[in-house]
Parts: sequence; structure tokens; C-alpha cells
Amino acid sequence: MLDQSYYRKADEIIAHYGRKASSLIPIMQDIQGEYRYLPGELLTYVAAEIGISEAKAYSVATFYENFSFEAKGKYIIKVCDGTACHVKKSGPILEALHKTLGLSKKKHTTDDMLFTVETVSCLGACGLAPTVMVNEDVYPRMTPESVVELVEKLRGEGN
Amino acid sequence: MGTMTIDGRKVQFTDEKNVLSVIRNAGIDIPTLCYHSEVSTFGACRLCTVEDDRGRTFASCSEEPRDGMVIFTNTGRIKRHRKLILELLLAAHCRDCTTCVKSGECNLQMLAHRLGVTQVRFANTREIHEVDTSSPSIVRDPNKCILCGDCIRACDELQGIGALGFAFRGTDAMVMPAFNKKIAQTLCVNCGQCRVYCPTGAISIHTNTDEVWEALGDPDIRVVAQVAPAVRVAVGDAFGIERGKSVMGKIVNVLHRLGFDEVYDTAFSADLTVMEESAEFLNRVEAGIKLPLLTSCCPSWVKFVTDQYPEFKENLSTCRSPQGMMSALVKEWYRDPKNAKGKRTVMVSIMPCTAKKMEAKRPNSFTKGEQDTDIVITTTELIRMIRNSGIDFAGLTPEASDVPFGFGSGGGVIFGVTGGVTEAVLRRLIPEHDKVALDAIAECGVRGDDAIKSFQFEYNGRTLKICVVSGLIHARQVMEQVKAGEVQYDLIEVMACRRGCIMGGGQPPRAGNRTKAARAKGIYNADNVAIIKKPDENPMVMSLYEGLLKGKAHELLHNKEY
Repeated sequence: MLDQSYYRKADEIIAHYGRKASSLIPIMQDIQGEYRYLPGELLTYVAAEIGISEAKAYSVATFYENFSFEAKGKYIIKVCDGTACHVKKSGPILEALHKTLGLSKKKHTTDDMLFTVETVSCLGACGLAPTVMVNEDVYPRMTPESVVELVEKLRGEGN
Repeated sequence: MGTMTIDGRKVQFTDEKNVLSVIRNAGIDIPTLCYHSEVSTFGACRLCTVEDDRGRTFASCSEEPRDGMVIFTNTGRIKRHRKLILELLLAAHCRDCTTCVKSGECNLQMLAHRLGVTQVRFANTREIHEVDTSSPSIVRDPNKCILCGDCIRACDELQGIGALGFAFRGTDAMVMPAFNKKIAQTLCVNCGQCRVYCPTGAISIHTNTDEVWEALGDPDIRVVAQVAPAVRVAVGDAFGIERGKSVMGKIVNVLHRLGFDEVYDTAFSADLTVMEESAEFLNRVEAGIKLPLLTSCCPSWVKFVTDQYPEFKENLSTCRSPQGMMSALVKEWYRDPKNAKGKRTVMVSIMPCTAKKMEAKRPNSFTKGEQDTDIVITTTELIRMIRNSGIDFAGLTPEASDVPFGFGSGGGVIFGVTGGVTEAVLRRLIPEHDKVALDAIAECGVRGDDAIKSFQFEYNGRTLKICVVSGLIHARQVMEQVKAGEVQYDLIEVMACRRGCIMGGGQPPRAGNRTKAARAKGIYNADNVAIIKKPDENPMVMSLYEGLLKGKAHELLHNKEY
């Protein structure tokens, strides 16, 4: 069960965008902006409030890679696996991250809720390939070694 | 209005909404998997693709007819497209056709056969997903889904429930309830329209025929059947009998041959429903309470009210459905050891409806701690049982149902079609029983294909306001109006499926407009030839009140709560 404060926050956001089906995406974005993920209970709540079926809301939320039903870590590491980064060996970078953080293709977030590792299809920074993004910061020309160093540095700051 | 050329022949068109309809009206059966005239056009399957004189190809379902169009439906290119589409669909599809419950009535299978797809060149790379058997009414097998979205649109646009949706994207796309919940955990009302619309075995009826066979094979069990009105006008579909023709006599015969000890007619308990419901209605009208009275025969509608309009629970008639009343009566009769003669009784209900399977398990469908209806099978499952047995159904001689619960009035039979319950109640209310009086009721606005029929009926110096609805999306519309105080009704009859039980979720699928009309006509014909048309003039019913029902009418015929 989610705390009542989540529903109050959702009410605020819904009031801001209006109770209509077309408000769904901006509402979900704001909720995710607030909590770094989209709590499933809130999706159900929002759907009922704006008058669409839960299945429809779920359909939209799962269509976009950006929405996540899982709580994400403090640092969201996006490893670019676009064409340029891929040929510049982004694969080993992802492997190094998975290994050092104990994550996998199925498990994206560390148990201490510090790191989430995702792949993205292109960050639009192909000249800097292979590229990694941590929250809003871009890290160019990464290697498996430098990405592990980055993680250690962030861990120091995060704790 | 206009003329187009289809495969070199001039074809006139009027108000057809798309090129596909023009082509089909011209006698060419263009294949489709995602097109249904009663729900919105989706354009996903691309099987209806045709070519024009400039070599442009387009989906004919999504193209408006224009004057002067020149269309080709069977060029080499189009034929190659169609075959490739099917091959790709089959590549990602479970292909255990021989053991699939939908085999023989699967659109995908039929089209693959029709278009001559004899091999699939691509490997199936789809993950295997769990089959959802949580619902007593339907089974959802994602491995057989072709993502046509027919079920989603049926649930959304016909019923306004929206239990299903697409989820994920691209090769990961699937049809599922939100969060991949089990069907039984959603607002699904068990109507089975998704199953009627599903072209494959992805959504099928939760079958209970094995339990019936088992009971039939046990010498210590007395197996009693009841047959709902709408079943008799649909079973014939599978055996080459004229569409909509009532084959009740043959059904009784075949059930006896299959080993049923007694065969009763649900039209009989429908008569009881009329007696109880009209009394309840008059009481409420006199007292001016709990109006509008909402009918309670349709379990999908009852679930819709209890789930989504709980503030109207009190308005639901307390009457059990005809299925519930019949089973409670039969069970009560055999509770007396004199009648039981050492045998246990299993009540099998044969219904046009998948939701009746859910109703039978509802806590209020138990009497004295015992489940009244033991097994519910649908028309489709009955057809399967007849086929299993190898009996030549079409050639059977008709037999009469058994006594004492086998005789229903015409009023009981018309329960199978939208407006039937109301019409039967109105027949009960008037003292007359001549043709003129009954015809006047038939013409008061209660009959017809409209989704919402509202009309007034003069009774004892009072004007009764009545609304008859079929299709839950329309029921929601009416309920919202009632809630907002925009309309006032004394009685609202709702059948969840459009046109009523004749088009229920358990009926043989792929019924076109002609079949729909023929089934309604078949029901009204059965009423036309019934000597007794008024439920209150059914002598078997009236004698029951002096016998088995004495002092027990409330316990056996009414739901304690919803």
C-alpha cells in the first residue's frame, strides 16, 4: 500500500493537467519526475480519475521505454548502445557495470537503491562514443575500466 | 453512391463505409482477421489489402469507397502478400492445431487452409507465456494471440469494460489485463464477447464438459439438465440446420441419448422469474422504493452493477436468475429422500452464456450450503459433446422435455432475446390474454434491435417508465443518466450482450447479420406457436406454488444479497 501522500501528490498533478484522457502522459511524466518511477497503484488511480481503463493506461505506460514501474536507484546509468557506441564496444562497458554492481538484463537496480543500469538506443552524442549518461551528466569515450572507476567515485559520493 | 470496378466488373455502391464492404457485397470474400463491422476499424492484419489500377496497394477496410475506383482483389502480388502475412502470423503462433480447443472453428486455421499456406519458413522465437485459467468463464492463452486487438475492442467498445489492452511494444507486444493481472482479478464481467471476437484460440471458453461426462458415467448420480431458451436457436448452426430454427426437441432427444436422466426447460423457471419479479416490481412501484428496479437475470450485468455501481445494488431485483431458480427447485425436490431414491443429483445447466459459469459459483447461488447448479456448459460445449458422441443430430426426432419442470410458456422462451424479460413481465401484469392485448405489448417498443429502447406502459392508471438495454456500454450510458437524475425509470432491463442471450458469449461464433436476425426470429417463432403465452397461465408453475414452493418461495427463488 502506498502512503496517502502519494495520492495527494497525484491529485495535485491531475488537477494541474485536467481530468481528461489526453492528460495521461504528462501526468505519468510528472509522477515519475517526483518519485523516479511510476508506482503501479498510482497508474490505476490516475486511470480511474481521468476516466480511462486501467488496461489502456498500462498499455501507454509500457509502450514507452521511459516509464518504469520499478523504483529506480539514486544514480541512473544509461549505457548507450546505439550503432556508433555499439561498434565502439559499448557491450563490454555494460558487462563491466553488470559485473561490478551484481546486476543483469533482468535486474536493473542494486539492492541499496543506489544504482540503476539501463541501455538506451542513442544519446545523440555519437562523436563521443562510447557514451554513458549518469542522471543528467554525459561521460564520453568510456572503457570498461573507466566506468568501474566512475561507479566507485559515485558510490563514495552517494553514501 | 457511385460505381467502382472490381476485378473487371462494374459494381454499384451506396453507403458502404469502406471498400471492403463493397467488395464483400459483390460476392468476394476478402479474408480478414481484425475486421468486425460492429467495432471500430483497426487495420492491423492487412489481409484485406487490395490493389488499384495504379499499382497502389492499401487495406480495403480502411479506405472509403470512391466513384470510379478500379480495384483488383486477386492479383499475383496480392496473393503473395496475403500468404506471407499468414506465414508471418503463424511463425509467432503456437501451432498445436490438432489439440487446440478452437480447432475447426479458428479463423487463422481456416484462412491458412483457404490460402494454401502449407509451410512456414520462419522459426518461432516467441517466449512461452503462462495460460490464464483463473476465470471460470474464459481461458486466455497468450501463445495463440495474433495481436489483432479484436478482444480489446469488443471489451472496450461493446461492453465498456476495458479489461484487456495491448502492453509493451514491437516484438514484445502482448494483449493482457493491466499489470498482467489474472482475468479473475479485473473488472471482467465474464460475458465472453472477447471469445466471440477472438479469431484464434487465444481466448476460449473455460470448458467443463469433462465434468459432465464424468457425472454421466456414474451410475450413482442422477444427471439433470436444464436448457436455456437461446440454446435452441443456435445448436442447429453446427449441424447444417437452417439458421435460427428452434431445435429444442432434438436437444432433448440428444441429451437423453447422452445419458441425462431428466431434461428440463429453463423457460419454465423463466416463468417463475416473471411471477416473482413482477410481484416485486409492483411492490416497489406501490411503495415507491428502490426504483428503478434493475433486472437480475444476466450475471454479467449483475457483476457490472456490484463492481461499478454499488450504490444501485439495492435496486437489483432479488430474484435469482432462471438458471438459479431451476437448479434450486430441482435440488430441493431431490433433497427429499423419497424422491432421491439413494442417488445424488448433479445439475447441469446448458446456457448460451459464459458468465453463467461464474453465476453458479457466486455465494448467493447456494441453498442450504449446497451449490445449486453444479456444472454450466455453453451451447458451444454442447455442440462439442454431440460431435464427440457421433450422434446424427440433424436426423433426430424431436422429444418433449420431462415433467414437472419441462414446460415453459412463450413468455419464458422470449427471455433469450433483449426485451423478452420485460415483455413477459408486462404480459403478467395485464389481465387479458387475447391476441390483441398481447400484440399491443409486442408493439409497445419492447421489441427490436436498438441497443436502448425506452417507452411507457399504462398500468392501472399509472404510467410505467421502462428502459430495455443490451450491451453494457449502453447500460453505462443509461446508468449515468439515472445517476445524474436526467431520466427516471421504473424498470430497467439489461442484457450484457448486444441483442440478448441469443448472441451470448457461449454461442457458436461468427454469426453474421442474417444469423443474428434469424435467432431472434426463431425465439419469437417459438413464442408464436406456444399455446400458453403468459407465465401466470402456466399450470405447472401455478401448481408449484401450492406444492414444492409452499413456504419456501423466498429461500429458493431469491438471492439473499449481492
